[in-house]
Amino acid sequence: MTKCYHCGDDCNTTAIVFDDKDFCCNGCKTVYEIFKTNDLSYYYDLQSAAGTTPLAIEGKYDFLDSDGITQRLIEFDDGTVQIVNLFVPGIHCSSCIWVLENLKKLHPGITNSLVDFPKKTVRVTFNMELVSLKELVILLARIGYEPYISLDDYDKGKNKTDRSLLYKLGVAGFAFGNIMFLSFPEYFEVGEFWLDQYKGLFRWLTFAFSLPVVFYAGSDYLISAYKGLRSGLLNIDVPIALGVLVLFIRSSYEIFFDLGSGFFDSLTGLIFFLLVGRFFQQKTYSFLSFERDYKSYFPIAVTRLIDKKIEETVQVYDIKSGDRLLIRNEELIPVDGILMSERAQIDYSFVTGESEPVQKISGDKVFAGGRQCYGAIEIETLNSVSQSYLTQLWSNSVFQKDKTTTFQTLTDSIGKRFTIAVLAIAFIAASFWMYQDSSKVMNVFTAVLIIACPCAIALAAPFTLGNMLRIFGRKKLYLKDSSVIEQLAQIDTAIFDKTGTITTTQSSSISYEGMELTFEEESLLKNTLRASNHPLSRSLYTLLKEHNIETLDDYKEYTGKGVQGVKDKSDIKVGSADFVGHQQQSDYNNTSVHISTNDAYKGRFVFHNNYREGVAEVFKQMGRYMDLAVLSGDNPGEKTRLEMLLPKLTPLYFNQKPTDKLEFISELQANDKKVLMVGDGLNDAGALAQSNVGIAISENINVFSPACDGILDATKFKYFNDYVLASKKAIKIIKLCFVLSLMYNVIGLYFAVTGQLEPVIAAILMPLSSISIVAFATLATNVVGKKLN
Amino acid sequence: MSVIYLLLAISIIVALIFFAAFIISVRSGQYDDSYTPSVRILFEDEVVKNTTAEPDIKNQSN
Repeated sequence: MTKCYHCGDDCNTTAIVFDDKDFCCNGCKTVYEIFKTNDLSYYYDLQSAAGTTPLAIEGKYDFLDSDGITQRLIEFDDGTVQIVNLFVPGIHCSSCIWVLENLKKLHPGITNSLVDFPKKTVRVTFNMELVSLKELVILLARIGYEPYISLDDYDKGKNKTDRSLLYKLGVAGFAFGNIMFLSFPEYFEVGEFWLDQYKGLFRWLTFAFSLPVVFYAGSDYLISAYKGLRSGLLNIDVPIALGVLVLFIRSSYEIFFDLGSGFFDSLTGLIFFLLVGRFFQQKTYSFLSFERDYKSYFPIAVTRLIDKKIEETVQVYDIKSGDRLLIRNEELIPVDGILMSERAQIDYSFVTGESEPVQKISGDKVFAGGRQCYGAIEIETLNSVSQSYLTQLWSNSVFQKDKTTTFQTLTDSIGKRFTIAVLAIAFIAASFWMYQDSSKVMNVFTAVLIIACPCAIALAAPFTLGNMLRIFGRKKLYLKDSSVIEQLAQIDTAIFDKTGTITTTQSSSISYEGMELTFEEESLLKNTLRASNHPLSRSLYTLLKEHNIETLDDYKEYTGKGVQGVKDKSDIKVGSADFVGHQQQSDYNNTSVHISTNDAYKGRFVFHNNYREGVAEVFKQMGRYMDLAVLSGDNPGEKTRLEMLLPKLTPLYFNQKPTDKLEFISELQANDKKVLMVGDGLNDAGALAQSNVGIAISENINVFSPACDGILDATKFKYFNDYVLASKKAIKIIKLCFVLSLMYNVIGLYFAVTGQLEPVIAAILMPLSSISIVAFATLATNVVGKKLN
Repeated sequence: MSVIYLLLAISIIVALIFFAAFIISVRSGQYDDSYTPSVRILFEDEVVKNTTAEPDIKNQSN
């Protein structure tokens, strides 16, 4: 079997040979031709078989003719030059970067293009007099890099990246380094002539450098502590802010009254390390979106028919009930409606995860979110976009609230006890010195607060979780942020969706029920199926035994019904029950293909869901320490198979609507359960948002997944339990870090309480404790990560 | 020994120049994408590719 030169897929028997190279289809060949003629064949040298097959795009981008829509997409426009930033999910290797940055060779109107690989975007500068946005998008689609434009782009407009953390880090690092230089001499050369003379200058300079650090770089901690106190919470930022303020006030006091050099080096170092921790924790998977709602799936515009003849492009928000819409092949239905065309095959895989298209006939209701397969259809809409069955889910309040604000992290809960303990020690030590030596009271009191500043504690979680997040990312579990790991470790109930989550959408197993087929019949069946392009025919074809290829006397394909083949007077019909003349309805509507020969009913091939590899093990392992349940939107057709597969007494719920799933989870939460939801389709979106941790399973992480806390690559599902256990271990590591940093605090407190805290001790102890915590956290998480698959 | 004022002034000015360079580079977006430039720099130069390098690379990839 030869591989396609462009995309690397297997070429079937129908390999196209062009320029001494094999291609799997005409699309790939065309892309090769375009690259070849435009001097872009270096594309194949960088990485062999890097391409993707371009899809049919006819009419798909007609909405880009509308000015109102393009205005929303274009970032910059001065009348001739326009700049647009397009999301291209297909970007995956260095060849992609190269060819997309050489777009100007393909069209003279394009002046510049720049790829952002982590975000999978390409920013194109083009001359609108030579090339329009629509032409640009079609050009990209033709070379296999189809941009993904959704309703979300229309709503969002331009967004600015937030770089404030980098600025703050720069300010803190800059000031920290300079203050170190300026305060260093005083640590060693006490009483030296020159130093004494210029001591004042050095000290005032350190004071000046510390101002932007405290009031700009450290402002987040002060603000967060203030907010925490106002809402009656003692979060970890309270002792940090307390430490920072005491450090600053005492150091300024010492300098103003010429009493000492102050702790400005420790102060700026502390803030610098904290910001480094925050920077490290802030690992984001910018090419993934965890905030997706239906808008990311829906098209910007669709075709509306006026008086059943004139076609016009209409923005989906402008669709009114009663409009007649034309949905082309592979287009998404944006609103609920009644099917007007005779037949339709609707693929609801975004909604339910079910991969087999559902057949609808004229007069049936079709729901928003379905994708039309095979040919164009017309529908009459029933309501507007926001009132559709699926989109109504998003009016639920669960989508408005931010999960992270309600969750108290481990560090914050430590912070509360820590603050109380530190204040208690400070007051006891102060009152002790009140009797001994009242001149030292303020010194001791502030020294305790300074040395107990929980820098190391505050660093433990960011580094442990930040590193764990990266390790998970390498194992293809992409989490929204590091607090998800903490939440995952606390889970005691796990709810799984069925279709698309524990079943695969890739393959299904097929069984035959009915009268056995004779050898001749099977041969005829195979030869009939060979001509059909329907996905069900293809999967059935590959399942049947090899037969000689024979030419049929007659072959007919009835769209949406089935196929018919005739050979030597025997005739076979393959397709829906109606089509083969079978009246009796089966109990459950598993997808099935019925067979009849010479108008006599023979039997049917039933397509079963195929369960993901390792589902039984994952359930068995997780069932040991948490409650499990399966919530399915489907009918109970698979119940017996599921019961055999899963551990005994696993609760199974069928016919669950999207809102039922949401309710189910909030009910569990009302009983103090920490719920993990594992789902995939848009119908799980409510449950994913409501749950404590919502994980979306995805077979193609680049494209589709609803709003969630984490995205797991489907191939890694079998290791899911290991990931949950690893996050529990991460929490243990954080706790060990706390113990370690408390030991440093005890040492520091000894100096503070006895009134011997010199700036140099603080300057050594603080970085030492921080660095050892960081080293321990990183090493320990790497050890845990090594064991993961 | 007022030279120390001069030295301090110079050292702080140098530090400030680097600090300003950092701020400018962040502002211009250099830190937004830290991956793509590392790939981009490895692309063969066009001139080299059009003359001698091309046949060699071809043979390797096939």
